[in-house]
Amino acid sequence: MAILADKNTRLIVQGITGREGDFHARQMHAYSPIIVGGVTPGKGGMILDYGVPVFDTCGAAVRSVGANASVIYVPAKFAPDAILEAADAGIKLIVCITEGVPVNDMIRVRAYLDAKGDVTLIGPNCPGMITPGQAKIGIIPGAICKPGRVGLVSRSGTLTYEAVDALTRAGLGQSSIIGIGGDPVRGLNFLEVVKLFNNDPDTDAIVMLGEIGGSDEEVAARWIKDNVKKPMAGFIAGQAAPEGKRMGHAGAIIEGGMGTAASKIAAMTAAGIRMATLPTDIPELILAGLNA
Amino acid sequence: MKLHEYQSKNIFRDNGIPAPDGEVVDTPAAARAAAERIGLPCMVKAQVLTGGRGKAGGVKFCTTADAVEEKAKSILALNIKGFPVRKVLVTSAADILTEIYFGIVTDRSTRRAVVMCSAAGGMDIEEVAVTHPEKIMRVPLDPFTGTLPDYVARDIAVFIGLPKEHWNDFIAIARGLAQVYMKNDASLAEINPLAMTVNPNGPGGKKLMALDGKIVIDDNAMYRHPELEPLRDPDEDSAAEKLARKADLNYVSLDGNIGCLVNGAGLAMATLDVIQHFGGKAANFLDVAGGAKADKVTAALRIILADPGVKVVMFNIFGGITRCDEVAKGIVQAINEIKPTVPFVARITGTNKEAGDAILASANIITAQTAAEAAQKAVALANG
Repeated sequence: MAILADKNTRLIVQGITGREGDFHARQMHAYSPIIVGGVTPGKGGMILDYGVPVFDTCGAAVRSVGANASVIYVPAKFAPDAILEAADAGIKLIVCITEGVPVNDMIRVRAYLDAKGDVTLIGPNCPGMITPGQAKIGIIPGAICKPGRVGLVSRSGTLTYEAVDALTRAGLGQSSIIGIGGDPVRGLNFLEVVKLFNNDPDTDAIVMLGEIGGSDEEVAARWIKDNVKKPMAGFIAGQAAPEGKRMGHAGAIIEGGMGTAASKIAAMTAAGIRMATLPTDIPELILAGLNA
Repeated sequence: MKLHEYQSKNIFRDNGIPAPDGEVVDTPAAARAAAERIGLPCMVKAQVLTGGRGKAGGVKFCTTADAVEEKAKSILALNIKGFPVRKVLVTSAADILTEIYFGIVTDRSTRRAVVMCSAAGGMDIEEVAVTHPEKIMRVPLDPFTGTLPDYVARDIAVFIGLPKEHWNDFIAIARGLAQVYMKNDASLAEINPLAMTVNPNGPGGKKLMALDGKIVIDDNAMYRHPELEPLRDPDEDSAAEKLARKADLNYVSLDGNIGCLVNGAGLAMATLDVIQHFGGKAANFLDVAGGAKADKVTAALRIILADPGVKVVMFNIFGGITRCDEVAKGIVQAINEIKPTVPFVARITGTNKEAGDAILASANIITAQTAAEAAQKAVALANG
């Protein structure tokens, strides 16, 4: 079954005729044919060369083709509006790839979605998600994934790919891979994704890749300690990062002594998660957990 | 983007928050002239984007114009935590009775902008939060209106024990602070201290004044604040960081000797960790992002190699949607163009990895199969 999306998901792409949207929509379509439409205001009525219809609004896409998931590739200044548009059109799963959305905008968007209650947001500033062999929503390269029973959740992009590639090479396939993104205020968090994997009968083990900044890893670890019986492995990036410097991701910063790698590693270790020294050590830690 | 004290105070005044008169100058003579205009006694304060100015001798109380000139001279010669002092603020000295902390900050865990106020002002609020959390009142700003209602401000005034004749002034300051935070897309706007000062114009001969302040603007929101761009201090980022920003690269200068070129912020952080694990020290954090195309790799290499401390450059690239052979061609093209003298260690993995390795090896680049192997080779070269 995997989590959040599968081969029956009906996906639209917001910004499908833009440079990023066009490139990645083709990649997604080639991997899993779940795209039922695209949205670009003013280009409604167009049919793309790979057979996907374009709509002017999310509302039109939902009415015409019954979309239930959306992936957003529009520039940062339009992304908050795009998320709200998808939510108001009745889309239940929204994945925002866009990087550089102002935090105050995301505070308002999250508050709106929370009040609405039944919408799941992934991102922004994230690689999206993939259920290998079934549904690719975002930019995670399909070629490195393999269907299987390990769930993975991460704040980063290429670090995720590194770990997934290592898992696949070790013969460990994945149920779903969720990149929650590197922004300080975002949609799904570690805790919510770990809960989904914990309840998923098709996930046997869980990988959690965190990084410096904030306390979401610690919050998840406290819950994991008492509630997760499935074997888990983890890694925290940024052990060598200096305080007060933003390490690429808007949320990757140690402030006032908070959000350090040491604190996260301690909390995750205390929760029974096998912590890797190097991201490529993840497969052997998962194997050790599955065989224990 | 961080703003200086004097810039923050100007914004405070524009939003109805009282702050003492002051002038920013960059020479001792100009400091003297400013003090003569403002009146003595006065404070001379270093304007640098770091904390601990007082401890470093960057804040002085002066009673004569001669003292102002002399202190300005010594402060302008200081370097505080790596930041050269280029400007001082000359501001009238206040007679302080009590000090309050009053700030608004983005709180990641509650996903709100949170107003924080404490009667324990003048101190480091992070320290108060650890030692006496009960002394801080926290109230989230409404995410839709972005305002702090008067009744909430009054409740905060009651919490910190402010005498009632000052409540209206405090409410006006609270309104102003919320406005400063929202209007400028700040991630931090703080007054510390908000001081009760002796002042004949205030109720009972006392008045609340912002004696120091700090504003940090969300860089992601700068596109809608062209009016703030001139306030950027060129010293906030190193020369290399400025070049990187222009080239649309994520770069942070560090103090080691192994240059790093990585795609993706998470993998770039992990690369620094691996280098540290094997006893080395990275010279920088650098995320070339996206497809690691030749022009970006070239720009990134120029920035890395401009640091004379760099003894070796380590590539750690994950070829995902962009295939490894394409990335490898980009790296070779960049190296051919720049013709650097330091050695290169490259670890490239993902789609078409074998073809990528072959291209790198034919260009005499040391290759490695894992990040660990690459880091070990880079550390050996850096220390050798």
